[in-house]
Amino acid sequence: MTEMRMRDAIREAMREEMLRDDRVFLMGEDIGAYGGSYACTRGLLDEFGPERVRDTPISESGIVGAGVGAALAGFIPMVEIMTINFSLVALDQIVNNASKLHYMSGGQVNVPLVLRMASGGGSQLGATHSHSLEGMFAHFPGLTVVCPAFPGDAKGLLKRSFREPNPVVFIEHTALYGARGEVPDDPDHLVEFGQAATVRSGKDVTLVGYSGSVHQCYRAADMLAEEHGLTADVIDLRTIRPLDMSSVIRSVRRTNRAVVVEDDWKFGGFAGEIAAQIMERAFDWLDAPVARVAGKDVPMPYNRNLEYAALPSEEDVVEAVLSML
Amino acid sequence: MSVGQAIPTMVGEPPDDELQQRFLYEMLLIRRFEEKCAEMYTRGKIRGFLHLYTGEEACAVGAINALRDDDKIVTHYRDHGHALARGVEPNRIMAELFARVGGTNEGRGGSMHIFDVSKNFLGGYAIVAGHMPIAVGLGLAANLSDEDWAALCIFGDGGVGEGEFHEALNLAAIWKLPVVWFCENNGYGMGVPFDDSLANDVYKIAAAYQMPSVRIDGMDVLEVYSATQLALAHVREGNGPYFIEALTYRYRGHSMADPELYRTKAEVEEYRKRDAIERLKRSMIADGLIDEPTYQALVAQVDAEVDEAVAFADASPEPGLHTLYDHITKEYEGESG
Repeated sequence: MTEMRMRDAIREAMREEMLRDDRVFLMGEDIGAYGGSYACTRGLLDEFGPERVRDTPISESGIVGAGVGAALAGFIPMVEIMTINFSLVALDQIVNNASKLHYMSGGQVNVPLVLRMASGGGSQLGATHSHSLEGMFAHFPGLTVVCPAFPGDAKGLLKRSFREPNPVVFIEHTALYGARGEVPDDPDHLVEFGQAATVRSGKDVTLVGYSGSVHQCYRAADMLAEEHGLTADVIDLRTIRPLDMSSVIRSVRRTNRAVVVEDDWKFGGFAGEIAAQIMERAFDWLDAPVARVAGKDVPMPYNRNLEYAALPSEEDVVEAVLSML
Repeated sequence: MSVGQAIPTMVGEPPDDELQQRFLYEMLLIRRFEEKCAEMYTRGKIRGFLHLYTGEEACAVGAINALRDDDKIVTHYRDHGHALARGVEPNRIMAELFARVGGTNEGRGGSMHIFDVSKNFLGGYAIVAGHMPIAVGLGLAANLSDEDWAALCIFGDGGVGEGEFHEALNLAAIWKLPVVWFCENNGYGMGVPFDDSLANDVYKIAAAYQMPSVRIDGMDVLEVYSATQLALAHVREGNGPYFIEALTYRYRGHSMADPELYRTKAEVEEYRKRDAIERLKRSMIADGLIDEPTYQALVAQVDAEVDEAVAFADASPEPGLHTLYDHITKEYEGESG
């Protein structure tokens, strides 16, 4: 084990996979000399050269489509879309091409493409640069959606993504790039998709999150224990498609209460999917309706206080738990 | 709108007698296949959107015959003609249109999404210009693997208004990729004339991306073949992409649902006088390569093949409901690929 930051774990995963398989190459905006907007590719240009660490113009649709094409021809491209906000101009390639070609071709072709993108608000970047669209991508059959909360998982999940024969949307929370954690040194450390992790155990309530919201759940669990004498299961989904509902259901049948936490808007959001599945599979075990703690229903404001109010907080999670007792 | 003059001087390998025979056969096959599709659509055998290629046969046959087997093709949704010219079995195309198990895509794709990987035919794409970035990726793969195969990307004039056209041309140019961009300009983006859609001629817009760009007569199969040969030689030598605008015309509406309110019957008749099949037939008769009886025999042979395709499609079963979830993702077996 080595302690490292999230961005270093992500870089190490890419580096190891490039060393392991020469079909892997990277492209994206400013991933070369600049080292990536969030410094995830720093040093890789020097090590692998401009053919395999390729700077691109600001053409998200073009480069994602180029990734699809290279994947069809036998390569394993990683396309870095600087932030999830810009994925919106590449949706045609992701939704109409990457996610569907295997199915639509009757299984003749497959698209081993890794799309990395940074997500989340909290940096006063305003409404266009603060999206959390994980749930939107999870909506589409054919995509895998990975949302790590810890550096060790980020490395194992990203390495696993490079070995997946289908498109993977790998989403990194901007607030977590500097977060530190233990990372296995084993170059074959893989984290399997569709396996949630119980990062904290308790008996009074199940807190479910992914990516940044796992940390809110974790802090809320601390507050519940210290201030209210309550203990919580905290479940880190790690991938939201495939979704490990079995772990959630097992926990809820034990705690009888559930709060789902995410940064994205509550209306039509992914937390609603989890809440609905809990209702379908654990209704008789519930002592209270499933609660959702999510982003407020507004475009993200620039003002710091307003932005803080628009994002879910650990205090909101605690309040939701207390209201169901 | 009028068909312009060809810009380039046609050189390269002139098609020999045998190749001309093949051109005639393939153009006839596409013509009769498409006419049969219209019939099958009105009989309810083919559903969904159906975009027919009659009138444009010279583009597919001329361009695709210039390719090597290892070159890769992506095209738009008016794709039956391209698949046929590439040698995809008519039986399997018709079965796909009938949505049967024997179809190229096992009935998952339909008319707009024909795939046949065994022919390096990497798909019809139904979002306008959405396949153009994919062609960039194919070209990139050719360069990264140090192989000299090329990508042929066929699209319509309607694609030129899309952002993906411009992103793709720019990327192919800056990375010097072996991509031949082949624009089938049939005069209309659905029903809007391209003169009303674009600020400049297509080949001039492409030329701004610093690649050779020519406008040719897309209703002359020999000219299309020669132009594509030149283009392929250019891209294979590592000179970067090449752009061809082929002026052509579709005889039928945009799709079977098109009432054709935007053009006159007289205009269609005017273009039929330039028909690519008739032109090749006349010149081959003049050169003594065929005569009327051998031509009629060829038509009968093609018709028999098309009838066989219908019979094959009709006999092929529909996919079972238990296969609904097949092929959503490829199974992970511990390694990528």
